[in-house]
Parts: sequence; structure tokens; C-alpha cells
Amino acid sequence: MKQKENITLSVKNVSKLYGDGCAYCAETDAVLDKNVCPECRTVHACRDVSFDLHSGEILGIVGESGSGKSTLMKMLYFDQEASRGSYHISDYDTSQSNVFGLSSQAKRQIRNEILGMVYQNPVYGLEMDFSSMSNIAEKLIAAGSRNVGEMTGTGDHFLDKVNIPLNRKFDPPINFSGGMQQRVQIAKALSNYPPVLLLDEVTTGLDLSVQADVLELIKEIQREMGISMVVVSHDLAIIRMLCDRTMVMLNGEVIEAGITDQILEDPQHAYTQQLVYSIL
Amino acid sequence: MLSVENITKSFTIHHLDQTRKAIGEINLHVNKGEFLGIVGRSGSGKSTILKSIYGTYMPEEGAIMYHSKENGPVNILEINDYELIRLRKTEIGYVSQFLKVMPRTTSLELVTESLLEMGESKEHALEKAKDALRHYDIPESLWDNYPNTFSGGEKLRLNIARATVKAPRLLLLDEPTASLDNDSKLKVREAIARLKADGTTLIGIFHDLEFMDGLCDSVFDMSDKALRYVQ
Ligand SMILES: Nc1ncnc2c1ncn2[C@@H]1O[C@H](COP(=O)(O)OP(=O)(O)O)[C@@H](O)[C@H]1O
Ligand SMILES: Nc1ncnc2c1ncn2[C@@H]1O[C@H](COP(=O)(O)OP(=O)(O)O)[C@@H](O)[C@H]1O
Ligand SMILES: [Mg+2]
Ligand SMILES: [Mg+2]
Ligand SMILES: [Zn+2]
Repeated sequence: MKQKENITLSVKNVSKLYGDGCAYCAETDAVLDKNVCPECRTVHACRDVSFDLHSGEILGIVGESGSGKSTLMKMLYFDQEASRGSYHISDYDTSQSNVFGLSSQAKRQIRNEILGMVYQNPVYGLEMDFSSMSNIAEKLIAAGSRNVGEMTGTGDHFLDKVNIPLNRKFDPPINFSGGMQQRVQIAKALSNYPPVLLLDEVTTGLDLSVQADVLELIKEIQREMGISMVVVSHDLAIIRMLCDRTMVMLNGEVIEAGITDQILEDPQHAYTQQLVYSIL
Repeated sequence: MLSVENITKSFTIHHLDQTRKAIGEINLHVNKGEFLGIVGRSGSGKSTILKSIYGTYMPEEGAIMYHSKENGPVNILEINDYELIRLRKTEIGYVSQFLKVMPRTTSLELVTESLLEMGESKEHALEKAKDALRHYDIPESLWDNYPNTFSGGEKLRLNIARATVKAPRLLLLDEPTASLDNDSKLKVREAIARLKADGTTLIGIFHDLEFMDGLCDSVFDMSDKALRYVQ
């Protein structure tokens, strides 16, 4: 194929075990009790997950609670260490290094310069009792910014973009509604213009109309800034609206992946069919 | 331009422990700039053929050879996701009765975006989008509104505007006019005639194919799986 494929992230055979594993579950085709080894009780939160995220695309990850979606996102953001597998970022260096193996300083640099993360629970992404502006400044300082005027300019820009009234920019998120907290978290994650944004169930638990606001914001950001995104959701309607391609996870494994309309209209796996038919 | 070679598509429904064959051993082709109509009773597999060409369904047998502008002949059933996404953005369009909605995207943005995907400049895309909305009688007062507030006919016309505005090389039409009034149908016919004159290849399912008389070059009949040229 002539077209040069512009890969941003490439994840290969990534696994995460909670526990030491044993000879039985070390086999790749070992049958587990959901994601738990029947012999040693090790939790296989992610098993042999591989995918690429190309520049500008939105990849959806869908699956029931406990299927390993958050664990995967945390590994991508270095909140969790992977047990196995490799992770390459083409924007980082020109080398083919597996970024899982880098020093914690290098990982911090990747978090500051390449990745943005928005958690389902704003408590993990925000200092709840610092002002919204200081939350953004904190992120910008971590990314190397030292110019106060520039930082407040950027803060204003992104708070405005996510529709936080600027007369409330010095309020701490703890005083905000859930939808507003989520929007501040998105503003913070965007403030250093990361080429890749990771979104973990960011609309779960919000009212429907607030969900629509947040979804529109995400779509707009992608349209205007061309950011690549991984969108985790258990809600197929959200995946349908936002995602170019979709992966379906079950018990830590990717059971099906493809272009979103293929997954929704011609699901192959019994579990995906159950998910799809339940919303029709 | 496109040849469908011996495709078979079945659906396995796991919870019913059931496999149904939607189409079997279908062969058809369409030359560049021609309009192929597909006819057959409901449930005979017409939509399954179009969705297979668009890459939504993956037939378990056969090949779908498409002559791509960028990469020459490709088998739709074998190309990777990214290549298929690229073809859909720039070369192959699909319209059905159903409008794919996007959250809080106005009708003008919707049509404009479909042009931006093809790499048109912003101003150019906006102008073309406005022309298309005018052609399909979407009143200017609706351009900044969200399509979910539109009437059925307006939604359909918007859908067709969005797909035809980019003048794709290959346009797949799955009964897009099914619930339109006569005036709207004439508008669609006019747009199809114009696309055809500009060299677009078309494959269409129409309930009332006689409406396309004079535009249709060949017809594939599901009942005997035969492709016939019309004079
Ligand atoms: N710190 C932990 N210790 C042990 N098991 C964990 C831990 N964190 C997550 N798990 C388990 O890993 C599996 C995947 O969890 P998670 O990634 O949160 O799933 P999801 O986000 O899809 O709901 C679950 O079975 C969960 O109980
Ligand atoms: N996504 C699908 N899942 C299961 N069965 C399907 C699906 N799409 C089509 N079919 C079945 O395939 C057959 C042909 O359907 P279709 O191609 O829609 O026919 P037509 O467009 O000619 O009315 C029907 O029996 C239909 O139920
Ligand atoms: Mg989770
Ligand atoms: Mg049909
Ligand atoms: Zn074990």
C-alpha cells in the first residue's frame, strides 16, 4: 500500500496480572474463571491486548464492568505498570524503544508532552480544592511552562472552550457540579495540547443533557485540534457517535475489533451480539 | 470500476444458535460512470450486497474488486481498516433512509464536514455545502439548526445532500427516496443525473426503479441473479 501509515500509538501483547501467576495460567490459551486463574487466583485484568491508534482517529473501547478497560488506560498513561508487552509512541523520539521500559523521568515527560488523561472520577484528574486555574497551571508547569501571563492565557482559553464561566475560574472544582468538574478535567488535560487524549468513561454518571454537552465538546476538540483519542465507554450509543474504530473487551481480552459500523451491524462474537441487540 | 465476484454472506446469531444465508454466489459488475439498479423482493439480500461493497458486512466467500483512484485495484474484503476508512472519506459514498446523527452538529456543519474530510479548503467546502442545501430546499433558517429537529423529508434530503455533495467516485444508494414526496424524488433524480454526467458510478436500490428510467444502464435481478443491460 502506498499510503504511509502515520501511527501514533502502537500497543502489542500487553497483559496485566494482579498476582504472581502460575504454570497453568502462563499458557496463552489457559481457561480462566472469567479473568481469574482457577489455580492461583491471579487476576488477569488485561490479556494479550494489541492495537494501534493512528493520528487524528478516535478509537472506542467497549466492554462490561471489570473487562479491563480502565486497567489498559492506566497502563497507557503509566499509572499502572504492565506485566508484559510493548508500547511504542511515534511522536516520542525517533527510536523504536518500548516506552514501558523507560525511566520514570522519561515517562513523566511523555505524560506531560504527549498524553492527556481524563478519568471517570474527576478526583483522580483534579486537585479538588485548588482553583480550576491553578489546576491548569499545575499541568502547564509540569510541562515546562514558566510564563505566568502565558499560563493564565491558556487557562482562560481552555476554560472558555469547555464553557466554564471565567468569573468562576478561581473557584475550586469541589464547588462545581459533576458535569462542570468533568469539563474542568478536560480543559486541564487539553491545556498542553497533547496529541493523544485518553478518556475513561468521562460521561458515566452525568445527566443525559450534560452528557450531550461533554460529547459535543469531545467531538469539537477532535474536529478542531485533530487530536487522536481513546474513548472508553460501556455505552454503545456513545461509541457509535464518536468512534471511527472500536475494540470490544471481555474478561481482559479483545474479542472483536473493527470499523465501528462493522462491529455494530455485523457483530461476530456472541458477547458483542448480546451488547448490540440489547440496544436495538 | 467495481466487480463483485461470487460473494456469499451468512449471519450467525449465537443466542438463537442459528445461521442464515443472506446472499449466495452473487456476481455483478458496474463500469465507470454507469448506473446499476438492483431489484428484488424484500429480504432478498439487496441491502446486504450494498453493505458488503461498503465494507460494513464481511462476506465469508468471494471478492469485491474496486478500482481505487489512489491505489488501483483493491479487494474491499482484504484491505485494512485505515484504507477502507480512507476510501469512504474520499471515494465511496453510501446513502440510506437513515441519517447518521452527530451530537450537536448543525445541518450546515454536517454537509461541510463531509467535504472537509476530502481535503477541501474551509471556504470552498462552506460554499459548496450551502449550494447543496439550497438545491435540496433545506431552508436557510434551518442551516444552523440540529437535524434531529427536522421533519422526515428534510432529514432525508439533508442525508442525500451530504452524500452527493462530495461527488464520490462510487455512490451506493439504498432506497434513499423510499419515503419522499414526488417533488423531493425529482430533486434526487436531478442530482443523480448530474453526478452521472460528472462521471460518478452509481449502484442503487429503488423501490420504483422506473423513476430512474433513462438514467439506469443495467439492472441486477435478485430473483435469477442475472445482470441485464437496459436499452
Ligand atoms: N488493584 C487491583 N487489584 C486486584 N484486582 C484489580 C485491581 N484493579 C483492578 N482489578 C481487577 O481487574 C479487572 C479489570 O478491572 P478494570 O480495568 O477496572 O475494568 P473496567 O474498567 O473494564 O471496569 C477487574 O476484575 C478488577 O476487579
Ligand atoms: N445485520 C444482520 N444481521 C442478521 N441478519 C441480517 C442482517 N442484515 C440482513 N440480514 C438478513 O439477510 C436477509 C437479507 O436482508 P437484506 O439484505 O436487508 O434484504 P433486502 O435489502 O433485499 O430487503 C434477511 O433475511 C435479513 O434478515
Ligand atoms: Mg473502568
Ligand atoms: Mg434493504
Ligand atoms: Zn494461575
